[in-house]
Amino acid sequence: MSYIPHTDADKAEMLAAIGVERIEDLFHDVPADYRFPKLELPEPLSEMEIMAELQALSEENLDVGHFPSFLGAGAYHHYIPRIVDQVISRSEFYTAYTPYQPEISQGTLQSIFEYQSMICALTGMEVANASHYDGATSTAEAVIMALNVARGRRKRVILSPAVHPEYRAVVRTYTQGMGLEIVGDEDPTADLDDLLALLDKNTACLIVQNPNFFGEIEDLRGVADRVHAVGAMLVVVADPVSLGLLKPPGEYGADIVVGEGQALGNGLNFGGPYLGIFACRQKHVRKSAGRLVGQTVDAEGKRGFVLTLSTREQHIRRERATSNICTNEALCALATAVHLAALGKRGLRTLAELCYHKAHYAAGRIDALEGYQVVNKKPFFKEFVVRCPAPVREINDFLLGEWGIIGGYDLGRDYAHLENHMLLCVTEVIPRREIDALVDALAEAATVLRAE
Amino acid sequence: MKIDPKAKYSEEHEWIRVEDGEGIVGITDYAQDQLSDVVYVELPEVGDTFEQGDIFATVESVKAASDVYMPVGGEILEINEELEDSPELVNQDPFGAAWLVRIAIADATELDDLMDAEAYQAFVESLE
Repeated sequence: MSYIPHTDADKAEMLAAIGVERIEDLFHDVPADYRFPKLELPEPLSEMEIMAELQALSEENLDVGHFPSFLGAGAYHHYIPRIVDQVISRSEFYTAYTPYQPEISQGTLQSIFEYQSMICALTGMEVANASHYDGATSTAEAVIMALNVARGRRKRVILSPAVHPEYRAVVRTYTQGMGLEIVGDEDPTADLDDLLALLDKNTACLIVQNPNFFGEIEDLRGVADRVHAVGAMLVVVADPVSLGLLKPPGEYGADIVVGEGQALGNGLNFGGPYLGIFACRQKHVRKSAGRLVGQTVDAEGKRGFVLTLSTREQHIRRERATSNICTNEALCALATAVHLAALGKRGLRTLAELCYHKAHYAAGRIDALEGYQVVNKKPFFKEFVVRCPAPVREINDFLLGEWGIIGGYDLGRDYAHLENHMLLCVTEVIPRREIDALVDALAEAATVLRAE
Repeated sequence: MKIDPKAKYSEEHEWIRVEDGEGIVGITDYAQDQLSDVVYVELPEVGDTFEQGDIFATVESVKAASDVYMPVGGEILEINEELEDSPELVNQDPFGAAWLVRIAIADATELDDLMDAEAYQAFVESLE
């Protein structure tokens, strides 16, 4: 049965309209040899055979459910309470596509509104949107918002080299062709003072990450004042889990707070879908991007929810939209909201404390090992940098091959001066015996790899 | 439809009134009526300069968002900050309290390109 609804007469009419005789003529520009290449596909399999093959393939994955993982660097393995899947699996949430007639989906809007409210409380900001794709795209949207607030008159963007390297790459991708001057991270060792020295009247925003990519807690006291003094905006990339313990960026003067929300309620998911957190000040809300759900009262005075300012992205002002993104990660945002609700205020703090203490226990033990040194100079949260006695890749191969442990992130990939430096992450899911196993494994790796 | 006999009008439904050599600019009663309830007015900054016909502001209503064009070129001397909190003034008093900007007119001869009240009235009637 064909699912193509066009009749031969329809097709003839369309072909005539565009001035070609046959559909094949549309592929005229593709060299003939490449037009319909023969595909070398194996013989078809039965459903049972396919299932067996896929099962075997999936069992080759090294997942964090079976192997202790010390890999973080922007994607984090935290425990997801069962209630999260229970709630988000309801078909009203799980199968619903983006509400194009939003106000009829009051439940969806309410769930997004609650998510936004939690993000506001967590970040100390007045407005949060319904989310973006991930931390990287939220960061890029923050840059675009800062440019819009400056009405396109400021072209300098100062990026800390301690912002996630992928986020910085996405900022550059999003803003290419806009004639911006993106500075700060050309020196991979630039610190806050170096970045502040770059502020000028042409600066739209300064972007820092806290805790930064190396897990360190930046001392951002007074930074907002310096940024505001030249009329620029302070953008803070924050890990929402860390905000269970650390001061909300809104309290130290951030104008826009963004971050990766995956850590709360969402699995590692092979790198996506993730959740882009985005929050800002009320006075700049019209320059912000994305969807925003608002609470209001209906004609009878009853509480209801609406898509606020939706004119900007999708309807009458589309040609002058502040962003071309008019979607959000509703299901991931819901997972984060359910996780946060399940944790509660005290639970989130306990979660953050567990990460902090476990990471510090691990750092202390690793730093005591011969050949290894924890190089962080500032306080850190759940990640820290270790100088290793051998290339990180060799150590990671050893950890996985000999001990079944997923090691840390190879910082040499992004920072030339950090060759042989590993970024390790410890979250609440790692029991002490696994940290101790990592320490033993690292000690053995040093001996074995040095002997080779 | 209200109309200000002292103002001059553009085909985009802006009005400009010259007072003490400076221009006061707004949108017309017809424009606000077409837009319906205005919920937001985005204004330029003092010191910005625009050519005749440039977009200098946006008026957003529950129904539409509409760009506002400079009836004549000039520099922004003052913006009506009251509109930030009370955009509904545009509906209530388009020729008075809801003026948008006060400008230094760059070239007074550009005023000749505009319609007077009578011509604008006829222009609006021709649209209906």
